[in-house]
Amino acid sequence: MWEYTDKVQQHFLNPQNVGEVENASGTGDVGSLACGDALKLTLKVDENDIITEAKFKTFGCASAIASSSVLTEMVIGMSIDQAANISNEDIADALGGLPKEKMHCSVMGREALEAAIADYRGLILPMAAGEVVCECFGVTDLEVIRAINESSLRSIEEITNFTKAGGGCGKCEDKLRDILRETVGGKSEIVSPGTKPKKMTALQKIKKIEEVLEREVRPGLKKDGGDIELIDVDGDFITVSLRGACKSCKKSQTTIKEYVERKLRELVLDSLIVEEEN
Amino acid sequence: MSSVNEKVVYMDNNATTMIAPEVVDAMMPYLTNLYGNPSSMHTFGGQVGQVVSEARKKVADILGADPEEITFTSCGTESDSTAILSALRTFPEKRHVVTTRVEHPAVKSLCDNLETLTGHKYRVTRLKVDGEGMIDMAEYEAALMDDTAIVSVMWANNETGNIYPVEKMAAMAKERGIFFHTDAVQAVGKIPINLKTLDIDFLSLSGHKIHAPKGVGVLYIKRGTLFVPFLTGGHQEHGRRGGTENVASIVGLGRACELASEKMEEENTRVKQLRDKLEEGLLSGISKSRLNGHKTTRLPNTSNISFEFVEGEAILLHMNRHKICASSGSACTSGSLEPSHVLRAMGVPFTAAHGSIRFSLSVYNSEEEVDYIIEKMPAIIELLRKMSPFWQGN
Ligand SMILES: Cc1ncc(COP(=O)(O)O)c(C=O)c1O
Ligand code: FES
Repeated sequence: MWEYTDKVQQHFLNPQNVGEVENASGTGDVGSLACGDALKLTLKVDENDIITEAKFKTFGCASAIASSSVLTEMVIGMSIDQAANISNEDIADALGGLPKEKMHCSVMGREALEAAIADYRGLILPMAAGEVVCECFGVTDLEVIRAINESSLRSIEEITNFTKAGGGCGKCEDKLRDILRETVGGKSEIVSPGTKPKKMTALQKIKKIEEVLEREVRPGLKKDGGDIELIDVDGDFITVSLRGACKSCKKSQTTIKEYVERKLRELVLDSLIVEEEN
Repeated sequence: MSSVNEKVVYMDNNATTMIAPEVVDAMMPYLTNLYGNPSSMHTFGGQVGQVVSEARKKVADILGADPEEITFTSCGTESDSTAILSALRTFPEKRHVVTTRVEHPAVKSLCDNLETLTGHKYRVTRLKVDGEGMIDMAEYEAALMDDTAIVSVMWANNETGNIYPVEKMAAMAKERGIFFHTDAVQAVGKIPINLKTLDIDFLSLSGHKIHAPKGVGVLYIKRGTLFVPFLTGGHQEHGRRGGTENVASIVGLGRACELASEKMEEENTRVKQLRDKLEEGLLSGISKSRLNGHKTTRLPNTSNISFEFVEGEAILLHMNRHKICASSGSACTSGSLEPSHVLRAMGVPFTAAHGSIRFSLSVYNSEEEVDYIIEKMPAIIELLRKMSPFWQGN
């Protein structure tokens, strides 16, 4: 059972603005039956560029329906320029959050909005100009890049949760990894997963691990009053020690496995095993 | 209608079942006063060993087996793994496994791992199914190789209820000296089984699908079959499975098997009629709906219906509002992005696969409940279809 917020349930059970606006000023049609979710958004825009009416039709799960419903509520009364600035995170926030596996539902909302605005302005959607990287779900490279940038995605799994790309046959994973590396690598110093070398010297490995701990792990732990120290690297076995608030935390084992190990596997070497010093 | 409205209408018995009150009663002494260890020398523990033996006999009876062929495990999944891995360890030189594309994850994931986690040391043939979910016996025959260690084919499918011809398939495997395992988790208690006359070497069953508690299962190992344990440890279960016996659940499972035998006829008459009424009611009452699975070669309690152009999770959540419990093969219920591997293997079109709902009944269901569902479903589907961009009207 998914943990849905009251807001999601409310919008799912009593969706607002279902249907199609007559003589719509802009229409956005995204998704498909094969993908498991689809959304048709229609807008009425007045002479001052204000959205006066918005309606939706959605095929999909509760999050998809709730995202569509809340989106229509958000945009009515906005100017086209304001609406164009709505991000998928804004939609998810308006619902009090979505389970992470369902973030693609909010992305679909944003895409439909964007398509409807482009249609109204008579523009060709930049997304449509991209190249399809995931055939299973018809996701283009531009869509993936945008999701990576907007939501600070750092792994293939996150890309899948947000865009669905990679969630089917999985054969596009290499392409996604390349895009991730280029997109993230170009912007910051973060060690990107695509650069996982097959063989590393022990020293290189230690340096990499330190780097990832510093940039990716420590800030998160510090927020909760904790810290982490690298104790030893023996082959693929990494020994770490949790400090501060993390130390007494009963969930430290989970922190190590779920968080630290996952990060290191993703960014350094996928065979790494992380253990806590005892 | 108000009487059913107050409690849940539970039609998700292939997921798990209510523990029968008689089973709870049978278990209680072993959850309270009689806590002894069956392996102990003293009478206090020894008397508990006696009831484990009695439970073993009761389980053997529903399968047409001997008590010594029954090994208690922790669940259906453990039984499945134990059987398949035992065969591979028995014949280390044999590197091939035959199974189907519609197995439960308990078998499917194990077979997937056998390939990927061993660097493809093992090969797996997964038999195709047709549009109704049935397999082709000629393809099966051709799949059996000289180095096939074991065949694992489910007796009945958990999603569609389809029944597979395991009797015949086991005989064909035996001719080739290949072990045969069947996951009968969904079949036991719903259709008659008599292993005495069959060539099945291993059979898995699970307590929680037949009104016993969760966390107890059985692996049947035909007398004389070479066997390598999965869990080693103490000498429990004649050395076939280490670990102190889950006494209360084992007693409960024994009692549940007795009850299931008594109710087998009811399952195949009254429950089947209820299922048929539900199925006909929904298929005729809701346009663009279709049955997934074989019309007749099917468990008496299961009905898997697709409502086109709407999505399963959304349907389930609306049903939930009316306190109706069922399952869906939709991608969105599982967190994966593709609909059920069973429906996809059957080639169910995407328009229908996303909107599939599985109803699975038990002897505890009533006609009143069936009528209630037939009454509620059309409005739910209509509501969601009105919202669907693909729905063009009837
Ligand atoms: C066909 C089938 N096999 C195996 C299992 C697993 O049984 P258990 O839950 O006892 O591990 C189930 C139930 O989920 C099932 O339906
Ligand atoms: S092409 Fe991306 S998952 Fe299949």
